[in-house]
Amino acid sequence: MLVMGAPINLNHPGHYVHWGVIQISVANLVVISVMVVLFVLAMLLPFPKGRNRR
Amino acid sequence: MTAPALSRTWTGRLRARAEQALPPEQLLPDHQPVYVASWIYVFGVLTLAAFIVVLVSGGVLALKGPQWWHRSSTGHYFNSLHLWSVELFMAFMVIHLWGKFFMAAWRGRRAMTWITGAVCFLGSIGTAFTGYLVQSNLDSQWISTQAKDGLNSAGVGAFFNVLDFGQMLMWHIVLLPLVVGFVIGIHILQVRRRGVVPPMEIDPRDLVAQNVTS
Repeated sequence: MLVMGAPINLNHPGHYVHWGVIQISVANLVVISVMVVLFVLAMLLPFPKGRNRR
Repeated sequence: MTAPALSRTWTGRLRARAEQALPPEQLLPDHQPVYVASWIYVFGVLTLAAFIVVLVSGGVLALKGPQWWHRSSTGHYFNSLHLWSVELFMAFMVIHLWGKFFMAAWRGRRAMTWITGAVCFLGSIGTAFTGYLVQSNLDSQWISTQAKDGLNSAGVGAFFNVLDFGQMLMWHIVLLPLVVGFVIGIHILQVRRRGVVPPMEIDPRDLVAQNVTS
């Protein structure tokens, strides 16, 4: 079961960051950051060329 | 036998209209324009793939029930599969939305494609919310008791009662998936009908505007 367990222990109250009136959980901040990175990479990385593309 | 009777029936008229709006080569194309060769155009179909996993894993959860998904290891697996496929579904959909927003994807008579996409997004938020409410654990109790005050203040608590587990379960597994699935179908048909939106620099209307101003 240890092998199948989560690589990060999530069994505790969430961590939050505060920035003025903005308060967001670290988990949500990580997800949003990954989405932004994916969005930027999707525009920058070249797309593999297909054989039958016109 | 002067005219074919089929065209005068409502089914005949509907078929003729459907064939005109969505000819087979447009409905299932085997080629796409060269500008579609970009990773940003992949997120729409990634959203659709994640949605299929959401439906299948949710169907298994519905068949087996809460005792199974809370107590057995296989149940835990499908419970997590349902959660993480939803996470991917929402993330891919939002990246798809960002991409389409910044390329103004409503251009070229694609307003209905944009509107159905926006309705999908809103419907998905409602479906995810009711999903959190029917986890049948302390988390869902906390979310429902917090949400009821907001919904009551908006005047909808009488017919959308977040404390009513049975009602929220029906919204989550019947009504909202039907609506979201139907609107996704319309959205995809609109994409097929109008085609994938081209980048702004090769939009013919933009080229005309440049000629006028130069």
